[in-house]
Amino acid sequence: MGETIFVDLTAWLRGLMGGLGVPDLYNEIILMVVKMTAVILFVALNAIWLVYMERKLCAYIQSRVGPRHHGPLGLLQPIFDVVKLMTKEIILSKNVDLVVFLLAPILIVVPPIVAYGLLPFGKGMVAIDMNIGLFFLVAVTSLSTIIFWMAGWASNNKYSLLGGMRVVAQMVSYELPLVLAMLGVVMITGTMNLSGIVEAQNGIWFIFTQPIAFLVFFIAGIAETNRPPFDLVEGESEIISGPYTEYGGMGFAMFYGLAEFANLLVISSMCVVLFLGGWLAPFGWDFIPSWVWFFLKLYLVIFLFMWVRWTYPRIRVDQLMTFGWKVLVPLTLANIFITGTGIYIYRAIGW
Amino acid sequence: MADYVLSPELLESLQSKFPGIEVDEAQVVTVPSEDLIPFMTEIKENPGYAMDFLTNLTAADYQDRFEMVYNLVSLAHCRTLTVKAKIEDKDNPRIASLCPLWGGADWQEREVYDLLGIAFTGFPGHPTRIFLEDNFKGHPLRKDFQWQGGREA
Amino acid sequence: MKTQTYTLNLGPQHPSTHGVFRIILELDGETVVKATPVPGYLHRGIEKLAEARTYTQVIPYTDRMDYMAAMLMNWGYVAAVEKLMGVEVPERAEYVRVIVGELSRIASHMIAVGAMGGDIGAITAFTYTFRDREYVLDLLEMVSGSRMTFSYFRVGGVAEDLPEEFFPAVRKFLAELPGMCDEYDGLVTGNEIFQARTKFVGVIPPEVGINYSLSGPTLRGSGVNYDLRKVRPYGVYDRFDFEVPLGQNGDCFDRFWIRIEEMRQSGRIIQQALEQLPEGPIQAKVPKVIKPPVGDAYVEIESSKGAYGAYLISDGSPKPYRVHFRRPSFINLGYLGKLCEGWKIADVIAILGSIDIVLGEVDC
Repeated sequence: MGETIFVDLTAWLRGLMGGLGVPDLYNEIILMVVKMTAVILFVALNAIWLVYMERKLCAYIQSRVGPRHHGPLGLLQPIFDVVKLMTKEIILSKNVDLVVFLLAPILIVVPPIVAYGLLPFGKGMVAIDMNIGLFFLVAVTSLSTIIFWMAGWASNNKYSLLGGMRVVAQMVSYELPLVLAMLGVVMITGTMNLSGIVEAQNGIWFIFTQPIAFLVFFIAGIAETNRPPFDLVEGESEIISGPYTEYGGMGFAMFYGLAEFANLLVISSMCVVLFLGGWLAPFGWDFIPSWVWFFLKLYLVIFLFMWVRWTYPRIRVDQLMTFGWKVLVPLTLANIFITGTGIYIYRAIGW
Repeated sequence: MADYVLSPELLESLQSKFPGIEVDEAQVVTVPSEDLIPFMTEIKENPGYAMDFLTNLTAADYQDRFEMVYNLVSLAHCRTLTVKAKIEDKDNPRIASLCPLWGGADWQEREVYDLLGIAFTGFPGHPTRIFLEDNFKGHPLRKDFQWQGGREA
Repeated sequence: MKTQTYTLNLGPQHPSTHGVFRIILELDGETVVKATPVPGYLHRGIEKLAEARTYTQVIPYTDRMDYMAAMLMNWGYVAAVEKLMGVEVPERAEYVRVIVGELSRIASHMIAVGAMGGDIGAITAFTYTFRDREYVLDLLEMVSGSRMTFSYFRVGGVAEDLPEEFFPAVRKFLAELPGMCDEYDGLVTGNEIFQARTKFVGVIPPEVGINYSLSGPTLRGSGVNYDLRKVRPYGVYDRFDFEVPLGQNGDCFDRFWIRIEEMRQSGRIIQQALEQLPEGPIQAKVPKVIKPPVGDAYVEIESSKGAYGAYLISDGSPKPYRVHFRRPSFINLGYLGKLCEGWKIADVIAILGSIDIVLGEVDC
């Protein structure tokens, strides 16, 4: 019913412009621009909603109430936050590396938005359908590392520098388990196209065939988004805010609001697409449109991330390295080995 | 709380070892400042006393003298001892530091130096001010400390 | 490859230094080479102020030293005045003192537990302990009228008797206390990451602890059985049956876990005190103007942070000649510089949280 609403919308737009006599090339370009705007709007709106959800969830876990003054149940709180942060002064300390300092919060939202262009929201709803989608996704999300580090370096502050160094160490170390966990899925499906991966889960979701990979991906995902228990980058009780210490107003909003939640969205979406069957309905319940399923699963995974955040304390930097290199990487390598042999055996038996 | 003092025999043997000390009826021992380190070493190391815990180190500013007060506890024997040492020189008060014997004396002596101005000798770089700024003039806890008020540059 | 150390200020303004406290860290990468604690940012000159006030007027100053366990701060000071004057405190007052003192100890330990959990990253533990501490503060408000700085003790007893509504409320609280401690155990103590952050971190050997005059949970974490309530009982503490939890390794985890166990034991003490509470006056007959005879006295009690003592010199006038407070947080902090060497910055935070200092007490 509502299943094909977005596909129909695109077709209608195409027809409209064709009817108006717009040449095909421009037709496609305008449609692409519309899709990009939709993706950016989606990420921004979700980030705003997630600010509220995080605070309410955190409050209930800590036996408090959370935002309740602005709007019913405090729903307008993020809007008030955004307005407040936009009107705050951006303080530039002395000897700050101006270009890098100002560029960092602007660039930080770029990788998640680029990554979101590739994700399939529903049946046939993907902005850019790339053959090497997964590969491109990984490449783009790794770019965040250097942008965090730019923020730490340019601030001319020892705490920020410490935070910047920690962020590089952490994100680079946890890239490897993240990618290796994904490799298991790629080995089973044989394709890096995200829509293809979703469709390959028609019979059984990969969370059941690759449980270790799912667990490692989840943990490495927490590390990639710099959330507790891996949030020593923005240590808060140790190095205040790490690389973001010197940022005020909109710069702060970019880091803490947009970047963190946009990254969280990307990692959760990848989790859903790779392991939880993307937009596929469980038990064949087709009466709910596919993109609604995607949202439900997305928010389930985000809820899990937030739940873990408010339960666990922070891990120390050398323990983080030990855990990443000595525990997660061997686990994923073992997983790849088992998957490989499993695939070979299945092919040999003839399944 | 008066039950936890040293027995009279132990006090007598202390008096025979250090003839300069005085003991009053509350069993507070007053030691001449020259004998401080040997006395403290004796009651710390000698297993008969075993006063291994220095619980309090402070000083008071009287009209004619400064007086150091040390409270010691023996964890093994469950005994306490109060030791006082008089410093007659009010212009340039100095006494030996207990830092070589007890690490806990370090900060407490710095506090006494900071607020009362008593210098502790025998330990390089010690004492330095602990609460007030390093360039503060005067020692506030002395009775003759005058403060006009306001902040000086 | 040539590297050099750099200096980082764990400055007076920091979320985890439990107040205005500064540590100058010399770091090699993330490892501490040298740590210099710099106290004194909250120095208010209480000892000097006390020389210009009467003996009863000093009691509110003692509240403001360790404001987390203010009842115990009051207790040490009035005990010293009572020893100097030779006043005997009536039995009911002694029992009331034990009840409110132990409640104050529970409140202080809740903050210690919550703050240490919060510093290490388990922010939920912080809110849980503060929520539970509200019960204790409500009880103490019923008794004294104030939530944090009580000034409830007087020379010779306490200011007012326990009100009627106190007893059912405190029984309700005591019934829930083991559940609260179990919740903290479940959330924080058993957590793998928390244990990895605190086990074998910041080990204090027992001989070093004794040499540096450490006391309280900081010393008992290393296995030294020195609790003034058991070793040299004061007041009516010899009539209660309770245990003193001791640690084995002397690390941050032991100091943390001891505090949760001490909360349980305090609950036991309050239970017994409520049962044994006799009738009687709550303040001894003390003259209106308190003028102790010439002399001096030193009395120590077991505060939540360690051995807290007050040394009083009286010259016969209504105002004390000299007051000195033996503050446990101040002396426990003396060892911090050597203790932090060789650990990472994250461990410095854990160590500082496990020693549990209150800056009002450190700086006096």
